[in-house]
Amino acid sequence: MSDAAENVPAESLTLEEAIANLQQTEDPGLRYYAAWWVGRFRANQPVVIDSLVVALADELNRSPDGGYPLRRNAARALGKLGEPSVVPALLESLDCDDYYVRGAVVESLGELGDKVAIPRLLSFLDGGVEAATMMPGKPHLREPYDLILEALGSLGATEAVGQIKPFAEHSVEKVQYAAARAMYQLTGESSYGDVLVQALAAPDLQLRRAALMDIGAVGYMPGAEAIAGTLAENSLKLIALKGLLETHLRQSPDDALTSEAIHSMDLMDDLL
Amino acid sequence: MTVSSASPQLQPLLDKLHSAGTAETLRFAVEDIAAAQLSEAVPILIEVLGYNNPGAAVAAVDGLITIGEPSVMPLIELLDGFNYGARAWALRALAGIGDPRGIDLLVKAAVEDFALSVRRAAARGVGKLHWQEFTSEGDRVVAQSKALETLIQVCDDPEWVVRYAAVTGLEALGQVLESQLVDERPHLITRLEVMAQGDEAPALQARAQLALQRLA
Repeated sequence: MSDAAENVPAESLTLEEAIANLQQTEDPGLRYYAAWWVGRFRANQPVVIDSLVVALADELNRSPDGGYPLRRNAARALGKLGEPSVVPALLESLDCDDYYVRGAVVESLGELGDKVAIPRLLSFLDGGVEAATMMPGKPHLREPYDLILEALGSLGATEAVGQIKPFAEHSVEKVQYAAARAMYQLTGESSYGDVLVQALAAPDLQLRRAALMDIGAVGYMPGAEAIAGTLAENSLKLIALKGLLETHLRQSPDDALTSEAIHSMDLMDDLL
Repeated sequence: MTVSSASPQLQPLLDKLHSAGTAETLRFAVEDIAAAQLSEAVPILIEVLGYNNPGAAVAAVDGLITIGEPSVMPLIELLDGFNYGARAWALRALAGIGDPRGIDLLVKAAVEDFALSVRRAAARGVGKLHWQEFTSEGDRVVAQSKALETLIQVCDDPEWVVRYAAVTGLEALGQVLESQLVDERPHLITRLEVMAQGDEAPALQARAQLALQRLA
């Protein structure tokens, strides 16, 4: 979690206060925090959903660089609340000119799991890797390609494999790994899982952390050993192995524990 | 400082430590000290726990665990005076050593420490105490009873990873439970069964199921 608000104690707001703060427009800071709060504490109520959808079109809360901070938080919260009816509103927000709003929307669309989002997400890949260049004057690419690729993988967009695959050769490592993650989810080919395992040896700790979570999320069991041996905090490796184990458990409906499941638990035991 | 009285083996390693200019060279120096496995290095390894250098602290904890018994009393004596971060590392060292004298501190930390990484390590440590090192059977029975009660309580921790550590602890304890505690065994099994069926985390259910298989 990168939200600075993560450390604010939960008891600092009641649900009623959060809803009231979300609906008012006098104090942008309170509204911004309330939008985060309802997502964090899974306040899944119709009035909250409606208020967040309104906030997705907010024009009042603007950052110095022209961004829409409230829209970003509203989009993230909608992803966490799991209400499928907001998908059309989210799809509309993909036209927002704030890169970070689009990124948050893409992530939430991936979380909500509605395949109806696939064609619009795929349209971001038009022009292929050649068009996926840096945004002039900004510290980021033209689109949040890593998040788009991840969402396509989570949504099971098998029809998109041809367009996703070239991104495994993109010059930005984060994008390469996102493509590998999606390709593994969509094709089950172990060569893509191995790309993620190689990322565990990246010199950059952020990349190693991302790869840990990716391997867990896609359930690439041959990566279990490599996760345990990665140079990163034990707490993170435990979370990654838990993700790996739970993905594996979902994919093997049998009641009996597989030898892979037992092996991953033995690795976890040693990290406690 | 006891630097002047260090042995010829330790002295060059201490020199390297004191001349370390970056977090990384400091970590390397601590790794070398830890690898030397000298009990006279215990005070300096304990001092490193307070340096606010996680890489060095991991190496120091490993070193203290390898040295084992000679680390125990200095760790226990120093725990009170430690700053918060160093306390966590010291408890992890004690948990790893498994010495009977650490039981009270581990039990307390497993239940009430603020940091989940400390509760996790302490719960693991409570389950993996070196029972054969208790001086009498009576002491061992009392200690196991206390460990069992603690681990069952820790199974209600809000953090999955702490509950996971408690389940591994119950499994380890279940394998060595003294015959005088035979009446307690059903409590242990029942708690694992509850976790296997109803924990909110599927990984916990699986780990409890594995523990039950291994105790069957």
